[in-house]
Amino acid sequence: MDWVAVEREEGQSPGDFEPRIVALLCNWCSYTGADLAGTSRIQYPPNIRVIRVMCSGSVDPMYILKAILEGADGVLIGGCHAGDCHYINGNYKARRRVAIARRVLDQLGLDGRRVWFRFISASEGRLFAETVREMVAQLKEIGPNPMRDRWEL
Amino acid sequence: MPESRNGMSTVGAVLVVGAGISGMQSALDLAEAGFRVHLVDEAWAIGGTMAQLDKTFPTNDCAMCILSPKLVEAGRHLNIQLHPGTVLERLEGEPGRFRAILRRKARYVDVDKCTACGDCLAPCPVELPNPFDGNLGVRKAIYKLYPQAIPNAFAIEKRGVSPCRKACPAGVNAHAYVALLRSGRIKEAWQVIMRTLPFPSVCGRVCTHPCEEECFRGQVDRPVAIRDLKRAIADWMAEHPDQMELEPCQERLKGRVAVVGAGPAGLTAAYQLARRGVSVTVFEALPVLGGMMRVGIPAFRLPREVLDREIRFILSLGIEVRLNSALGRDFTLDELFEDGYQSIIVATGAHVSQRAGLPGEELEGVFHGVDFLRSVNLGRSPRLGGRVAVIGGGNTALDAARTALRLGAESVCVYYRRSRAEMPASDEEVEQARAEGVQFSFLCSPVALVGRNGRVTQLRLVRNRLAEPDASGRRRPVPVEGSEYHVDVDAVILAIGQRPSSEALRQAGLAVDGRGLVVSGPDGRTSREGVYAGGDVTTGPATVVEAVAAGNRVAAAVAAVLRGEVGEQGMGGPNEERRVAPFPADVVPVPRERARPRELPPGVRRTNFDEVVGGLSLEEAVAEAERCLNCGGCSECLQCVPACRPAAIDHHQEDQLEEIEVGAVILSAGFELFDARLKGEYGFGRYPNVITSMQFERMLSASGPWEGHVRRPSDGRPPRRIAFIQCVGSRDLRGGYRHCSGVCCMYTAKEAIIAKEHVPGLEVTVFCMDVRAYGKEFERYYQRAQEEYGVRYVRSMVASVKEIPDSRNLLLRYSTEDGQLREEEFDLVVLAVGIRPSSAGVETARRLGVQTDEDGLLRTRELEPGLTSRPGVFVAGALAGPKDIPETVTEASAVAALAAAQLAEARGQLAREPRYPPERSVEGEPPRVGVFVCHCGINIAGTVDVEAVVEHARGLPDVVWAEDLLFTCSQDSIALIKERVGEHQLNRVVVASCTPRTHEPLFQNTIREAGLNPHLFEMTNIREQSSWVHRELPERATDKACDLVSMAVAKARLLRPVPARHFEVDPRALVIGGGLAGMTASLCLAAQGFEVYLVERERELGGMARRVKYTVGGDDPSGLVDRLIGEVLGNPRIRVYLNHQVEETAGYVGNYVTVLRGGDDSRRTEIRHGAVIIATGAREATTDQYLYGRHPRVVTQLELEEMLASGKLAGCRVVMIQCVGSRTPQRPYCSRICCAEAVKNAVRIRERYPASSVVIFYRDIRTYGLLEEHYRRARERGVLFIRYDPEQPPEVRPDGDQLLVCGRDPATGWSLEMEADLLVLSPGVEPQDGTIQLSRLFKLPLTEDGFFAEAHMKLRPVDFAADGVYLCGLAHGPKLMQESITQARAAAMRAAVLLGKGRLEARGIVAYVRERACSGCGLCVKSCPYDARQIDPESKKARVTEVLCQGCGACVVACPNGASQQAGFSKEQILAMVEAALR
Repeated sequence: MDWVAVEREEGQSPGDFEPRIVALLCNWCSYTGADLAGTSRIQYPPNIRVIRVMCSGSVDPMYILKAILEGADGVLIGGCHAGDCHYINGNYKARRRVAIARRVLDQLGLDGRRVWFRFISASEGRLFAETVREMVAQLKEIGPNPMRDRWEL
Repeated sequence: MPESRNGMSTVGAVLVVGAGISGMQSALDLAEAGFRVHLVDEAWAIGGTMAQLDKTFPTNDCAMCILSPKLVEAGRHLNIQLHPGTVLERLEGEPGRFRAILRRKARYVDVDKCTACGDCLAPCPVELPNPFDGNLGVRKAIYKLYPQAIPNAFAIEKRGVSPCRKACPAGVNAHAYVALLRSGRIKEAWQVIMRTLPFPSVCGRVCTHPCEEECFRGQVDRPVAIRDLKRAIADWMAEHPDQMELEPCQERLKGRVAVVGAGPAGLTAAYQLARRGVSVTVFEALPVLGGMMRVGIPAFRLPREVLDREIRFILSLGIEVRLNSALGRDFTLDELFEDGYQSIIVATGAHVSQRAGLPGEELEGVFHGVDFLRSVNLGRSPRLGGRVAVIGGGNTALDAARTALRLGAESVCVYYRRSRAEMPASDEEVEQARAEGVQFSFLCSPVALVGRNGRVTQLRLVRNRLAEPDASGRRRPVPVEGSEYHVDVDAVILAIGQRPSSEALRQAGLAVDGRGLVVSGPDGRTSREGVYAGGDVTTGPATVVEAVAAGNRVAAAVAAVLRGEVGEQGMGGPNEERRVAPFPADVVPVPRERARPRELPPGVRRTNFDEVVGGLSLEEAVAEAERCLNCGGCSECLQCVPACRPAAIDHHQEDQLEEIEVGAVILSAGFELFDARLKGEYGFGRYPNVITSMQFERMLSASGPWEGHVRRPSDGRPPRRIAFIQCVGSRDLRGGYRHCSGVCCMYTAKEAIIAKEHVPGLEVTVFCMDVRAYGKEFERYYQRAQEEYGVRYVRSMVASVKEIPDSRNLLLRYSTEDGQLREEEFDLVVLAVGIRPSSAGVETARRLGVQTDEDGLLRTRELEPGLTSRPGVFVAGALAGPKDIPETVTEASAVAALAAAQLAEARGQLAREPRYPPERSVEGEPPRVGVFVCHCGINIAGTVDVEAVVEHARGLPDVVWAEDLLFTCSQDSIALIKERVGEHQLNRVVVASCTPRTHEPLFQNTIREAGLNPHLFEMTNIREQSSWVHRELPERATDKACDLVSMAVAKARLLRPVPARHFEVDPRALVIGGGLAGMTASLCLAAQGFEVYLVERERELGGMARRVKYTVGGDDPSGLVDRLIGEVLGNPRIRVYLNHQVEETAGYVGNYVTVLRGGDDSRRTEIRHGAVIIATGAREATTDQYLYGRHPRVVTQLELEEMLASGKLAGCRVVMIQCVGSRTPQRPYCSRICCAEAVKNAVRIRERYPASSVVIFYRDIRTYGLLEEHYRRARERGVLFIRYDPEQPPEVRPDGDQLLVCGRDPATGWSLEMEADLLVLSPGVEPQDGTIQLSRLFKLPLTEDGFFAEAHMKLRPVDFAADGVYLCGLAHGPKLMQESITQARAAAMRAAVLLGKGRLEARGIVAYVRERACSGCGLCVKSCPYDARQIDPESKKARVTEVLCQGCGACVVACPNGASQQAGFSKEQILAMVEAALR
């Protein structure tokens, strides 16, 4: 939180800060939902970089930690809705792992709220766009990932 | 070759006519199933109407995005041969072995050579309305149908010869030079003229311009001023002599030719021969060149310097001239032959004046027309005196008269024996002469010339009257007795004709006829070997252009001789055999004044010989050229020929016939749109802001004429208020189609939604009768249009549309439901035009002897969809009736199944296997990444700076090649990527374009064809996930695209080849559900040779179909069901399990193990199969509304049907209520079949019980498509339809034994109360019990409404997303019996494609184990949901069963050592992407 304070002192309002978000989306639901946002031309902030994985259950917590350590302001993991997983239950595994990763981040003083898990189906283009919008807004509140500047130190 | 029953062998090939989405689907299914397919379409590319669509309902998928992979797949499939631009002419033989005769239209572009580079576009001067864009935009005469067209090649549109060109005796291509002038290419225009006319300046002034008489522009206002345009071109060239360069002549001839006579015929012949390298000498009797052009035509019409200039140019080709050399006087033909001339062309003209034979013709002061003009033109002006009389009515007479004026005559009068109308002189010249003061006296003939002192003083005339027409078609003048009179004159000029000097010709040994003309054949051949003649000497006096034509003909004949060709040269004019183009119906010409050249004032011009008519300025000429309607399409200016580097263009191509052998034929030529002009009250074609729905669709399309900008055609401003008028030409007995077109309600909802997204604040109103949102997910879409987008629906038909002159807005006049007349103003009106079978398709069907109904529909028997009246010929898609895309695709697969069953014995007989080049090993090579960034037209490039992304990619590590492509998925781009792989030794390929979900397989296949393992490919999505979602932020969208490319490259560098692994497919199918759909699917599979397990949980087969007693069309379904049950039970390939249910299932595509439990002893049966078809049906919904279940006189439609079937109708006052429980918040979908059901039962009641009354309360009557006729029939039978709003549903009260129904009539606003003996409810259709369990067992998704959800609403309507499982019948959603049958066959076909393969390739994303790192802990084994992992008992390491591994990657996370990895998604790859994303 100190770092946010520093930036504020330097005259940077939180509104100027554009958070960087890495997303890991499952091929069958969330990635397709993100595509649908595109085909429906639903506009959302361009702060997100999507990595397509076959299943949210294949998201290693290491990916999340790596992203945060590399300076990502947020990480979004998207999977199919409860019961819809193309691979039976990968989405549940992912949800559990994300919960753990958040706790680990909190322990490291890196604010677990930076990591989101969402069920987004292939037909929920609008939900995907709204999720990105909300996440960007919340991350602007939280402020930049302090890791970015710590590396520079 | 297998033998069929009749002893003839069956051909394993199918002909599919029509390559829209229907034809493509049939073709792909059949080709994948092992048949050879010939896919024929009239158009130059496949794709049909769907290629024109912007979006598709109800998912708003981009039509092209989902179509394009199919186009590419059909275009590159080894077993599909495309026949674009082809029609099926005849079909001979019999089912199993047809002979099809195809006519391939001339394309004028060699598809194999064309690279679609588009270099031909710039030089093409002809712009035509673009029908692909609904004629809103233009395209060139050489064109590609649309950007993604397959085959990806151009074609030339020729509509016939333009009338101007056909009319020209010399075959001058007026259309071409006008078009070139219009596009500012004057030199090229001149070159086109010079192909056949070396006198453009002369003819630009004095030509009688037959071209203008024929010009179709004359039917609009006035003909294009073609002659003036020619003059403008020639005069501009005269001012730019450095540009005067002829087109290179293809031919070089050797030889010496003499031309006798230097008039237009002789000089033209000399010119044409000299251009070809022939050594030509011209002999001229006079001291000057030009013949009649010089000595006949006065200088004020044709200035001498103009003529000199043109002759000089001709002579500059190396022609030798001998002046003052007359045939017979100075040389003979024999001498010329002796001098070594191989051929002689005689073109000496007709310079001898005709004598009138009048008394006193020898008097002084009497002149003869051409002699007089010759004297003047040679500078010897005779003395005329003050009063001059000219006898004659031709141009010579007028030239003489006007010359006489200029020589100082005080008065000149022309005497002509007939009236003005019969005068042969051109109108312009008559008008000019009149303006200059020449007088005219008609209907009089000279009888004598009287003189004094040897000089003429008096002309004696007689008056004439006109009798019947003579041989020339003109009315014959007859002298009126006693009408003689005389006039005093000082000179008389007799201009009554001329003829050749026949004496010299006869002496030269040439046969001469009675009129003194040389006798010659059509090619100019005379009675003397080696001597040719042409021009006036063979025809008598004619025009310059006719002389030029003769010169061309004779030169061609001589050239042929020099070439060594023998025999008669059939020298018809160049266009004689070609058809004239029809009037261009697609052009809406705006009347525009014809350009008028300036003239000298008459007072000035009669004083000198200066040119009377001035020329048009270049600007005026170009503007005038814009009036040309381009009647012929391509003008054959031939500018494209040298522009085409691959030399793909051939303007001489002709139609070709081809014969192929096929076993079956599928007709799927699709539909055409109603011609909105036929509904004059809506003003289409008159008001620019009234457009059709297809035009609007193109307007919305990013690849449309205005790149997706919605504008008013009149002023280009975005509209604020749009009205849609529904049912234009549909449900219409007055000039339209009788049926409902089935798709308009939904496409309107879609266009309204999309338009509102395009134009902020747009108001959209839809004027409609019923809203027919009857398909799966349609009702929700319609609701969204209203609630989310605020589209306003008005239930009314619009009576008229009138334009408001100033604003060009449109005033719509309509009556509301309650009868009030309203007017409302809109600024754009869209007509939702209906569809009907394509006329070309109907014609083809009729040629084949296939029956069509009076509407042209290839209507099939109700319960036999797909079968035409001719065995072996099937029909799919809109030819059989209007339908939407999924229905069409389903039908296409269904008829493919019928064809495949018929030809089952020949499966595989003609199929070819794909062959890839040997895979190049990239082992040990450092990564060499190639990056290809797609513009997607403007879809990506409109927002993302594609060039910047390419530049960024170039700077990434290991990237050795990066470039941008307009459409990366197009055939030429695919070819280019393959080239680049070789050229740059690429071993990793990255494509940044759209979603990998649709396009990855295409590109993987591409690099496979280039010799790379398909898994060395990575794709990133900069369209759906950047350009489309960040339109307002182009810079940040570009940044994002750069990052996405960085991430893809980071991963690509770490990609490793995955070797192909195969697994076997069990060729048996499991069909779940023994109703109509399940039985049909089973039989269809069995007919194709596959074994089927059919499971039915009831104790008998038949399902819901047993409860349907008759169909809406009156067919008897019980007969069909009984027949199917018999066939199923008797089929040795079908094993039926009645009273059984699926208990558990395991496995995957091609290899399932399913456990059934059932039978009286609850036995457990395990079966193995490769595919599953879900056909579990649905049921009539239950309801407790309207006293149902509490009052004995309230029944459902099905119960009513049973009553009707058993003849026990309880009372004859029947009230029906529709949408009971349907289209409500609880059950928001439309049950589709209830309206047809109600109409069916209502009609039956009215027909059976004439005393009955039937009232139907409805919300919308959704008798879609051909069902409309039953609705109409119900109305005709007196069934009363009353609409109700959901807020005010009818109320039902018990009235003792009877019922009382209260409602409100919206037409009158009155409350109604009626007694009813029977209340019939339409409670709709609900998902079957057990659907949820089954969906869990097979892991199949359900829609929100609880029906099974197919893989893709539009293009995979019977597939599930998971391979190997298919869907049909009511389990998919409510539908009619015939629709279930079709869908069942389609599902069977899709399953057959899989089952017939024998083996499948394993997916490339399976997990693997790095044994070195594996500790054998077993965590991965526990995490795998597919039992695909074990610990090897020997090595104690983990092992993967690849066929079971589905590639979820759960084991990758579970492994603590990083030993467990997934191909294509390894940890290091994902981590590299994370890093790249944040760099």
